[in-house]
Amino acid sequence: MSTAPPEAQTQPVSSKLRPWGKQHHFDSFDQQQEASYFGMWLFLAQEVMFFGGLFTAYIVYRTEHTFAFTLGSRELDVQLGVINTAVLIGSSLTMALAVWAAQTGRRKAIVAFMILTILLGGVFLGIKTVEYSAKWEHHLVPGPNFHWEGSQGNRVEMFFNLYFVMTGLHALHMIIGMVIMAVACWWAWRGAFTPENHNFIEGLGLYWHFVDIVWIFLFPLLYLLGRNVG
Amino acid sequence: MSAENTNYLNNNYGVKSWLLTIDHKRIAILYLISVTFFFLLGGLFAALIRIELVTPAGDMVQADTYNRLFTLHGVLMIFFFLIPAIPGVLGNFLLPIMIGAKDMAFPKINLASWYIYMAGGLFGAWAMLNGGVDTGWTFYTPFSTSFSNTYVISTAIGGFLAGFSSILTGINFIVTVHRLRAPGLTWFRLPLFVWAHYATGIIQVLATPVLAITLVLMIAERAFRIGIFDPALGGDPVLFQHLFWFYSHPAVYIMILPAMGVMSELITAFARKRIFGYKVVAAASVTIAVLGFLVWGHHMFVSSQSPYAGVIFSFLSMLVAVPSAVKVFNWTATLYEGSVSWDTPMLYALGFIGLFTIGGLTGVMLATMGIDIHVHDTYFVVAHFHYVMVGSVLMAYLGGLHFWWPKITGRLYPVFWAKISALLVFVGFNLTFFPQFLLGYLGMPRRYHAYPEEFQVLNVFSSAGASVLGLGYLIPLIYLFWSMRYGKKATSNPDDAFGLEWETSSPPPTHNFHETPNVTFEAYDYAARETARQAMTQPVGDPE
Amino acid sequence: MKLDFPLFPDTASTLAPELDALYFFGLLVAAVCSVVIGLVVFYLAIRYRRTEANQVGKPEKGGLWLEITWSVIPLGVMMFMFVWGAKVFFEAQRPPADAAEYYVTAKQWMWKFQHPEGHREINTLHVPVGQPIKLIMTSEDVIHSFFVPAFRGKMDVLPGRYTQYWFEATKPGTYHLFCAEYCGGEHSRMRGSIVVMEAREYEAWLSGSASGGTAVAATGAEIFEARTCNTCHRPDSSLQGPQLEGIFGHEVELTDGSTVTVDESYIRESILDPAAKVVKGYQPLMPTYQGQLSEEELLQLIIYIKALGAEEDVEPAEEASSEAAS
Repeated sequence: MSTAPPEAQTQPVSSKLRPWGKQHHFDSFDQQQEASYFGMWLFLAQEVMFFGGLFTAYIVYRTEHTFAFTLGSRELDVQLGVINTAVLIGSSLTMALAVWAAQTGRRKAIVAFMILTILLGGVFLGIKTVEYSAKWEHHLVPGPNFHWEGSQGNRVEMFFNLYFVMTGLHALHMIIGMVIMAVACWWAWRGAFTPENHNFIEGLGLYWHFVDIVWIFLFPLLYLLGRNVG
Repeated sequence: MSAENTNYLNNNYGVKSWLLTIDHKRIAILYLISVTFFFLLGGLFAALIRIELVTPAGDMVQADTYNRLFTLHGVLMIFFFLIPAIPGVLGNFLLPIMIGAKDMAFPKINLASWYIYMAGGLFGAWAMLNGGVDTGWTFYTPFSTSFSNTYVISTAIGGFLAGFSSILTGINFIVTVHRLRAPGLTWFRLPLFVWAHYATGIIQVLATPVLAITLVLMIAERAFRIGIFDPALGGDPVLFQHLFWFYSHPAVYIMILPAMGVMSELITAFARKRIFGYKVVAAASVTIAVLGFLVWGHHMFVSSQSPYAGVIFSFLSMLVAVPSAVKVFNWTATLYEGSVSWDTPMLYALGFIGLFTIGGLTGVMLATMGIDIHVHDTYFVVAHFHYVMVGSVLMAYLGGLHFWWPKITGRLYPVFWAKISALLVFVGFNLTFFPQFLLGYLGMPRRYHAYPEEFQVLNVFSSAGASVLGLGYLIPLIYLFWSMRYGKKATSNPDDAFGLEWETSSPPPTHNFHETPNVTFEAYDYAARETARQAMTQPVGDPE
Repeated sequence: MKLDFPLFPDTASTLAPELDALYFFGLLVAAVCSVVIGLVVFYLAIRYRRTEANQVGKPEKGGLWLEITWSVIPLGVMMFMFVWGAKVFFEAQRPPADAAEYYVTAKQWMWKFQHPEGHREINTLHVPVGQPIKLIMTSEDVIHSFFVPAFRGKMDVLPGRYTQYWFEATKPGTYHLFCAEYCGGEHSRMRGSIVVMEAREYEAWLSGSASGGTAVAATGAEIFEARTCNTCHRPDSSLQGPQLEGIFGHEVELTDGSTVTVDESYIRESILDPAAKVVKGYQPLMPTYQGQLSEEELLQLIIYIKALGAEEDVEPAEEASSEAAS
């Protein structure tokens, strides 16, 4: 851990930002920090179970309808998927840098990196919007709009059911994360986070990395089915 | 003992000080009010059901109305009473005090969890005001997604929110127990109530999200015709059952584990003796939490699930029964050579032992595949789960409420009426639900609005018992309420029980302890405390 | 009020006695344990009742051997119940080879029965005593459950698939049939009767019964022609589909290399969703009949296909049929 630049040591914590001080029921900052990380890990554990239900449904239906799922997967734009994957991994990098900035008391850097993360998240969501609209135009959105030439229609629609629910919930988690990150930017700008007390940023980092990891699983399972075959 | 008059109840007045509180004790009171309300509403529906079932014809209400009554009874009782009650009221109030902490790890999340729970209640209320739901609390597809004409989505959102509240409570409990224990309070010095809530927290965090996603998918199917569970849309209705029961079986352990935690406290306090096999009981709680995740398929033996999967589930269900049985034996053994008082909380505890044994063993019968194929979806199952949920969880809740009432309110309740109610509850309960075992084996199915005449006499017994049971619940409602104003003021430790919560005033000050206590005693070491008292004037471990 | 009510259901099937024995064993265990624990608790609560205000109990250390004993013994008893229970369950699941096949379609809120000889009944099912009977069941809408308490055992009836329930009635009489899975609205009135008759009476009933006549397989044949299935599924047709003679019960290989047994579910799926599991060597050319056939018509087709080549052991006609029979 590098030495903190001088400005961080003199920046006082505004009284309006009292929540960022040590809470009354903790005996020390350390205890508060440990509790906060533990809480976030538990929250992520339950998120794993939440998405786990979806992955279970995916496994069941893909085993039943392997061929149809391959057909559905072929309709997805792999290039956009790869770009999105890179964008999201990049955003995890910027988020990790934001955490480093918080650990080393670089107030402006925290804000800069988090804004970058939000922007990259925005790029991801923008590309997803492009993909979703394309699906709508190609009549691949489940429901009355859906239309598939050929015999596998019902089963290909199941693939798209799962595609939209899984990527949709993932996107929702991203949006929530980005909103919280925006609030954190404002707080960071006001000097709320110090090297001693920045567990909010670390926790947010954990959450963002989790959202990234979910995508790492979603991408091959949705975009890359049957691509190894000619 | 605190000499001040300020405590958590009177240090701040006004609605805002309650609705924006982050004091775990006030949040517990908020939960107390809400769960009581939902319990009474669910109980009202139960009363209507039992009245209807006095006659074989469905002549009091129409079939559609009856279907909504039993659905709402189930939804309210399970999601809005049984799951939040003991953790939300007693757990919230006592856990920090029992470990010598000033509050939960995340007080604001604690308050948020109550608000989220109430929001869930609002969605449920919205559904009720619009005619209710008629799918059964189990929401089996495709009926719930493609056939029911009631407010399924609203109810599902209500359940989702109640579940989210439960998850946050679980996170809070786990982190609090790990991180906020007072110095000297090692894991094996913790009260068993704390162990129980810790194990419950694990289930809340890991199981509830699966219910959440199942409800999301069910809503998506109903609203957008996204066919995951409806065969007409290419889906699989048994997949719904697997996902649903993956949560709903561990959910019953969310209900019973805190009750068992209360039981350990009651037995030890009113036998003035350390629990027999403390470590085994603690380990049993965690074992139940873990094994409870592996048995969900025993709800699905006749669902067209593979019989080989059924065999595995049946086997594992037998395993999960063992730690529960061991707890019963340990509680019983604690009474041996104890100093047993017959105070109201102990009456509830002793009743629990008997009723939980019956409930648990009939559960083992249901886990036996060959028996289940006959009694599945009959009143045998209804009787079984009421024995464990009402005869056990609710009795433990009432026993605990009475035991800690002086601590929570600073008042004593009238003993005579309390004991009468305990007796009425025990007698009324058995009269209501024992005949249902017979009805079940005779073949009376569940969720039946009208039934063949030869089942009538047993149904009449059951409904008669329900009126006694109802009375047994109403009387405490009255005297507990009365006691808050007119009850005798309580000292800090009216039953001379062992535990950190009894070392502080009744009611406790807002910050629980003036200084963080330093714990040197083993749990429930009544003997050591007695020795120390005889040797000294002041008991060791007193925070002052 | 019916005051002479039974406390125990009729015992009217071959499975019932063993299931009852298992139940009584479980009941005995539950009753003995509850009574013993109840009495012990009662005794201890009295024997050790507090006599002075500040009396405490004797200190307790716990006993590992005691814990082990009272873990192992209950586990042993429950394992015994588990094994016996699994045995009864498998017996209930495995119909004897000579079981007669009846067909059940459940819908909100009635039961429709089809005898193998063709008779159709609604809500009441007449069966002969002493004959193992296998019910092949499906639902037209939501999940139901077929439950005859006198026979013991039940099985859920699902939409989109077939489930089975078998019994052999041992005592003539009329027994309740209940729907045992909540199915909305009139679930509690979705009841019927199973009328068990002596063999001779049953024959008499069959011949005298109004809704008789056409044997089911013949009706299936009519549908087979009316829906032009014979255009492709006949040895002499130019558009070739897999030949169906004697195919029922055999395994076939699919285009992706996996094998499947030709049972009721496979036939139903192939009619409604022909591209799902195409037999190797054939193209997915068959049109779907989704929405064009009722569950009963589907059952009749299945019965017909089962009957094809049932007398002769195996091989159907010429051409591309060898795959089908592999």
